[in-house]
Amino acid sequence: MKEQVFDEEAARSLVKELRVNFAAGKTRSYDWRVAQLKSMIKMMEDHEPEIVAALREDLSKPEMESSIYEIALLKNSCVLALKELKHWMMPDKVKTSITTFPSSAEIVSEPLGVVLVMSAWNYPFLLSLDPVVGAIAAGNAVVLKPSEVAPATSSLLLRLVGQCLDSSCIRVVEGAVPETSALLLQKWDKIFYTGNGRIGRIVMSAAAKHLTPVVLELGGKCPVIVDSGINLQVMARRIIMGKWGCNNGQACISPDYIITTMDYAPKLVDVLKHELEQFYGKSPLESKDISRIVNSNHFARLTNLLDDEKVSGKIIHGGERDKTNLKIAPTILLDVPRDSLIMNEEIFGPLLPILIVDKVEDSFNVINSSGSKPLAAYLFSNKKELKEQFVKTVSAGGLVVNDTTLHLAVHTLPFGGVGESGMGAYHGKFSFDAFSHKKAVLYRSFVGDAPLRYPPYTSKKLKLMKALLGGSLFGIIRALLGWS
Amino acid sequence: METISDLEKQLGGMREFYLKGKTKEASWRIAQLKGLRNFLREKEEDIFEALKKDLRKHPVEAYRDELGILIKSLNLALNDLKKWMSSKTAKLPIIALLSSAEIIPEPLGLVLIISSWNFPLGLSLDPLIGAIAAGNAVVLKPSELAPACAALLAANIPNYLDSKAVKVIQGGPAVGEQLLQQKWDKIFFTGSTRVGRIIMLAATKHLTPVTLELGGKCPLVLDSLSWSLDKEVAVNRILFAKFGCCAGQACIAIDYLLAEKQFSSTLVNLLKAMVKKMFGENPKESCSISRIVNKDNFLRLKKLLDDPLVKASIVHGGQMDEDNLFIEPTILLDPPLESELMTEEIFGPLLPIITLEKIEDSIDFINSRPKPLALYAFTKNKTLQRRMITETSSGSVIFNDAIIQFAVDTLPFGGIGESGIGKYHGKFSFDTFSHYKSVARRSFLTDFWFRFPPWNNSKLLLLDSAYNYDYFGVVLVILGLKRSRKGFNIN
Repeated sequence: MKEQVFDEEAARSLVKELRVNFAAGKTRSYDWRVAQLKSMIKMMEDHEPEIVAALREDLSKPEMESSIYEIALLKNSCVLALKELKHWMMPDKVKTSITTFPSSAEIVSEPLGVVLVMSAWNYPFLLSLDPVVGAIAAGNAVVLKPSEVAPATSSLLLRLVGQCLDSSCIRVVEGAVPETSALLLQKWDKIFYTGNGRIGRIVMSAAAKHLTPVVLELGGKCPVIVDSGINLQVMARRIIMGKWGCNNGQACISPDYIITTMDYAPKLVDVLKHELEQFYGKSPLESKDISRIVNSNHFARLTNLLDDEKVSGKIIHGGERDKTNLKIAPTILLDVPRDSLIMNEEIFGPLLPILIVDKVEDSFNVINSSGSKPLAAYLFSNKKELKEQFVKTVSAGGLVVNDTTLHLAVHTLPFGGVGESGMGAYHGKFSFDAFSHKKAVLYRSFVGDAPLRYPPYTSKKLKLMKALLGGSLFGIIRALLGWS
Repeated sequence: METISDLEKQLGGMREFYLKGKTKEASWRIAQLKGLRNFLREKEEDIFEALKKDLRKHPVEAYRDELGILIKSLNLALNDLKKWMSSKTAKLPIIALLSSAEIIPEPLGLVLIISSWNFPLGLSLDPLIGAIAAGNAVVLKPSELAPACAALLAANIPNYLDSKAVKVIQGGPAVGEQLLQQKWDKIFFTGSTRVGRIIMLAATKHLTPVTLELGGKCPLVLDSLSWSLDKEVAVNRILFAKFGCCAGQACIAIDYLLAEKQFSSTLVNLLKAMVKKMFGENPKESCSISRIVNKDNFLRLKKLLDDPLVKASIVHGGQMDEDNLFIEPTILLDPPLESELMTEEIFGPLLPIITLEKIEDSIDFINSRPKPLALYAFTKNKTLQRRMITETSSGSVIFNDAIIQFAVDTLPFGGIGESGIGKYHGKFSFDTFSHYKSVARRSFLTDFWFRFPPWNNSKLLLLDSAYNYDYFGVVLVILGLKRSRKGFNIN
């Protein structure tokens, strides 16, 4: 069968079809949502080897990372949603005051309608389906557009979602720029995008035409401030895990660069070198426990950063490359200048520059004056005051003290950026909320009508109204008795 | 009008001041909120005067809809500020790798508030209360179509609030455009859907999050009511929510009524009788009804009635006085659905009644049109109430009253679809101008060895169990009693 081009016409009729199915009410039922979430769990259990294989094909991702960071995290999302869904779906009763007495009020969560989820290539399985879990839990119909830069996972998602989930309301559209543009021309009730700021702006502009609300999970340079007087080995291991252990640095919350003092840097570097060898052996280019660079474009981009004359003399560890296999060894650079290429864009790779400051307190200024708020910022320190200063003054999507990246797995913490690193948040109940409309409902009865709010207006009504809006019972009585 | 470089210098100064951290302090925020409250109390006469000048608003209406609401908002913010500012602990699972997790609200930075002309004081200052409570530096651009109020704010705000962090910038569309070119950490806009799109598009440049309080046609579904007292109360509320609220020039004014055919003649008679009671025999002389804001809007409304089929459907009113920008309360019965009156937001004192065979038909009627900011339903029928909530979508739903949801600060106030993005009022105002930052902390103890490469199957099993909070599983693996897992295993 000849493959049909997914053009604007196809996109329009897809949305139309989903709108009809959504309007029929199917996705609103608790049972439907539960069935989809259960199917998703079963899909992971039945097809885990294929998922792991696709991730290995797209990213040479170690099985461990696939099983834990992509599949287990997604499973947790589904399990949590199943556990909490009834509770999330219940309206929130809220108090009303004497101003509107007698009345009762509540906030009802309702699905937004037909939503679009666009995901990224670095965690192509998790970042595609985790938002979809939120969309389904909130009762929406969903179109998922996985990243074409991870093609094996994209086609696997097309097949598995088509097989295991309800295709009348959940669909996958594969493709690149033309298909994405066709999708972005349509009117969605929400667009959820994970990726970079440049495309994020394109998504938001397209959304503006239809006044579609968006969640943008973007990126930035996540700094790690390293103070002296800490357990170096533990710190090094945690930084390595957050950097090279997370898709080889190709993760939005990977530590991007380190900030530390000149005195401490050598100790830091020694321990990092030692632990890197423990984890990945003497020839890390051959280690199976580390992802490769996703494609030749990114490989060229990263080698370009290394070849920048401002930093080529600063490489103190690693720097080896294997173009054929798209591998770059874990690389550390010491004392890079602030105006180097590597310090002016999100690295998204296995290069770890170390920026030197005079005293560790100066690092807060470095971060805050960088012009954009990062998705995450990290601090390793034992000093109470420094930790408090960090939390108080550094603005980022999320902060972690004495570790990296872990906040991603805590479902009670909203996961999202601020400023250039994004808008909106998800995970746990925040996912449900991101895809819901919180509708205010106010019940009044016909009893107890105070003529004072209606024309004709008099000064007596004004006095009484002041008292009523002021909320004081005494004031009201006084006004009624004509005393104020 | 200032030049761009003047503006940029001003904003640069504000950002510098913000970065010093003063606006984050609770004491600063409280001082600003108290300052605002003093302004409202001390300048009450001037405020009533300005609203009279701009819209011919009666002081009672001004108090009910603007001043009183602001005082209520201020009292709430002052009362609850410490609570709102406090961090919230996030629950962790029993064996967590983290030692603590919390969510801390922080200000966004330098924010822009653009307000509308119909509630020029309320729609400027209510968002301002939220922005200040959340610790931001704020630029407020009031609507130039309510010039007396804009001038009042520009003259007084510097005297009552910290002008290093709160500025009022007056002007029209040109100034608005200049402002939109700058970098903001949030834009809060109240106005029309058309301009809302322009604002969101402009916000894209700096990835600025927006709250857009827009409009639409708010329908009122009027079920047949049997009790005569209920009928009277219903009609009073309808009239107030249309004609008694800035002469229908409100985003949450009732735009049109939906009623059953059989009820329509009783309804029309009741409405006519009560209109006379509220506004007198000669409404033009009543001081209880606002004027149309300006000539443009007057002519816009006049044009709606010029359509001959629409004119023919007038059952009460229709008198207009261009010099005084006055349009009398006008009721229409079944004007054509394709007329501009029925496709555009009316925003004026014209009340169309659309009749249906049965009241349940209103659900399809509403769903075939853009989602409104508010849906009103006057009914005691619990089934119909439930259907209204679950089968339609709108910013909010109000039963048996109208407009009053504005005064309930525990309810989020905002639209959906074309009626808006985001919400405010009460704590929602604080939230809309805040960033909720996640903070996770760990100690240097407890690192599970199986968290690190090189990888093998037993590490996979341990991590799998740990992530699924299967503590028993962890023990089994450690004891060597569990060597494989369902699904993938590393060879």
